[in-house]
Amino acid sequence: MRQIVFLVPLALFLLLAGTIGWFMVESESEERDTQTLPSVLIDRPVPDFDLPPLAGIAPGLARADLGGKPALVNFFASWCLPCQAEHPVLMGLPAEGGVAIYGVNYKDPEADARGWLGKLGNPYERIGVDADGRAAIEWGVYGVPETFVIDAEGMVRYRHVGPILERDLERTIRPLLAELGG
Amino acid sequence: MIAEIGHYALVLAFILAIVQSTVPLWGAARGDRRLTAVAVPAALLQLLLIGTAFLALMQAYVTSDFSLVNVATNSHSAKPLLYKISGVWANHQGSMVLWVMILALFGAAVAGLGSNLPETLRARVLAVQGMIGTGFLAFILFTSNPFLRIDPAPLDGAGLNPLLQDPGLAFHPPMLYLGYVGFSMAFSFAIAGLIEGRVEPAWARWVRPWTLAAWSFLTLGIALGSWWAYYELGWGGWWFWDPVENASFMPWLAGTALLHSAVVFEKRGALKAWTILLAILAFSLSLIGTFLVRSGVLTSVHAFATDPERGLFILVLLAITIGGSLTLFALRAPRLKEGGVFAPISREGALVLNNLLLTTATLTVFVGTLYPLLLDALGGGKISVGPPYFEATFVPLMIPTLIAVAIGPMMAWKRGDARAALARLRLAMAVVVITVLGTLALADSSTALAALGTGLAAWLIAGSAVEWADRVRLFRMPLAASFARARHLPRAAWGMTLAHAGLGLLVAGITGSSAWQTERIQVMRPGDMVELAGYEVTLVGVGEVNGPNYTAERALFRVESDGRQITLLEPEKRFYPVEGSQTTEAAIHTTLIADLYAVIGDPDGQGGWTTRIYHNPLVPWIWAGCLVMVAGGILSLTDRRHRVGAPARPHPARAAQAPA
Repeated sequence: MRQIVFLVPLALFLLLAGTIGWFMVESESEERDTQTLPSVLIDRPVPDFDLPPLAGIAPGLARADLGGKPALVNFFASWCLPCQAEHPVLMGLPAEGGVAIYGVNYKDPEADARGWLGKLGNPYERIGVDADGRAAIEWGVYGVPETFVIDAEGMVRYRHVGPILERDLERTIRPLLAELGG
Repeated sequence: MIAEIGHYALVLAFILAIVQSTVPLWGAARGDRRLTAVAVPAALLQLLLIGTAFLALMQAYVTSDFSLVNVATNSHSAKPLLYKISGVWANHQGSMVLWVMILALFGAAVAGLGSNLPETLRARVLAVQGMIGTGFLAFILFTSNPFLRIDPAPLDGAGLNPLLQDPGLAFHPPMLYLGYVGFSMAFSFAIAGLIEGRVEPAWARWVRPWTLAAWSFLTLGIALGSWWAYYELGWGGWWFWDPVENASFMPWLAGTALLHSAVVFEKRGALKAWTILLAILAFSLSLIGTFLVRSGVLTSVHAFATDPERGLFILVLLAITIGGSLTLFALRAPRLKEGGVFAPISREGALVLNNLLLTTATLTVFVGTLYPLLLDALGGGKISVGPPYFEATFVPLMIPTLIAVAIGPMMAWKRGDARAALARLRLAMAVVVITVLGTLALADSSTALAALGTGLAAWLIAGSAVEWADRVRLFRMPLAASFARARHLPRAAWGMTLAHAGLGLLVAGITGSSAWQTERIQVMRPGDMVELAGYEVTLVGVGEVNGPNYTAERALFRVESDGRQITLLEPEKRFYPVEGSQTTEAAIHTTLIADLYAVIGDPDGQGGWTTRIYHNPLVPWIWAGCLVMVAGGILSLTDRRHRVGAPARPHPARAAQAPA
């Protein structure tokens, strides 16, 4: 009986080592990406939401508006500096055609958002005003800017955290849109 | 040429380590003194060889020899000399060389100072050290060679991560490694003891000082790292329960437990198997700490060196070391003869309680650190376990631990009297009551939790003071006699009092920073003023400055209180062109009671800057507490009975009042 007590540390260690070893083998086969933040929404329909419009700029955005053609849903705010950095990239996208760009204005006084878009230009076909950040919670948004790629069936295909730079557009977003038929 | 000598020395050290780990073991098993005698010269030569390799690498850094890949990718000719030297260990390969050099240093210490050890024990200890060395030298030579050449050599290096170009962090890794590797001593003695099948008091007399030394270094290393995070990362915080921090904290907790259980072993010959298990645990956690930081398996806010392919090598190394030692433990530990029975209410009992609480605390940190990894392995997605988990599990465990810290030393060995111990602590209790009431009354934003924190801090400090006063019979005999007693008090007793009081300071600092921190984050233009904790902080302006290898925007804040100028704060945002990255340098004004902490952020493009200003009460006490704890550890190390050549049996009068 006393012998068994002394085996406990070893047994615990073997259990742990086995689990970690299994993890190492798994990650070897799956090519895990340790950098990107995955979203639980990937390959699932977009969450239910219905946001009022940013009056005078663009119509509102709801779940029903997504689908039919590939779309980018971009969470932005006028107070967010990285959003300003990615803004020109978004402005250039509609010219390429085939993709709808929708915006969700996150926790932003409407007047500020209107002024910001008025000064920098409006790349969005539709803008939902998420004044209390409720929709952002539904989408699992980490912080602004954040962008989701939605396919023609209204399924979330990709999540991009942080500003979209020209580099990201080239490496991931354009190829994905091409694949989706955008 | 010098680099080749360094490389060659490492290869020789590897071969020598294989010899050191086998021949003495064989000799000890067969009773062949010619073979066991190999251990001592092998360990000394090992230090010479690895020291040569280390100096060769340092020479390459100091002279900016960019024909070495390691130097070219981690250094730059325009870097200040201090960071050229610290650059040696601020990268993966170099830090591993530092690791084995410290291991060799400890090995040589056993070889050089261990003439009073039984010969077979010393041979076996050195053999185990040789095994650890073999594993790590193989790791360096096969996966992380710092002496690889590059041809053609680049004209200049890629530079060192600017966050690491900091005096606090220059000395953080060596201190941390002295602690981590220091636990290899306890480990080697534990394994050697298990191989021998018996452990004598001589074993504990050796293990305790080395554990104490390792613990002191580790405490200092962790404090340096935390201090660096505080002023360099610019978040106003000093501990983030980040996996890399936890990696150093777990061996510290296990090492603290080991330190206390080794006392029971040394004084009473009890808890032998448990002490050995803790020694294995503390070193295993040190290895896991190395593994966690080096492999990048855990997503951490400051994992600087991430090399997944090397992770597998370390994992195998870990599995062999930990699995092997625990197997040996399972086979041999049941045979150890336990001595010294004791009642549950006794000094031993209190130390057992300390051990149970500390190991449970280690386990909670371990689970919180590894759970995200396991969840990811099971396909549960990526999560990061944050402060709320640790506040809910670790902090409650610390409350009984801290209460017990003051009571334990009041108990007698073998059979104690809890009621009498508590009665002697009456004065400390009164101090606690006053502190708690004072906290609730004075601080306008204090919560019950803050009062609990200050109460615990007061309990630790007052409890230590009362225990010390008790020992020297303060006010119960003439002051001169008390003074004489204090002078003759064993240094280990002084060490314990200091370490426990330092812990009290630390608890006070943690409480103050988490309960009363205030912050203001805003956009300020020159001339704007912010009020915070009774200070008026005005942004005077922002200007450009040039450093040796960076340019910076330096803000000037004028700090006033009641219209009187207190100080000027000059936080910087530095840009390092070689590395293409930025760092923040917080400006801190400390009153020793609180810190006023200012950080300058990005300009808003309209003449304003984002600024963050914090008032961090009692934060300086965190580091003061750590320093006092380290001072206690060092003082205890200089205790007479640890000195080489000191008589094995202490003076009877002193043994009677032996410390914990």
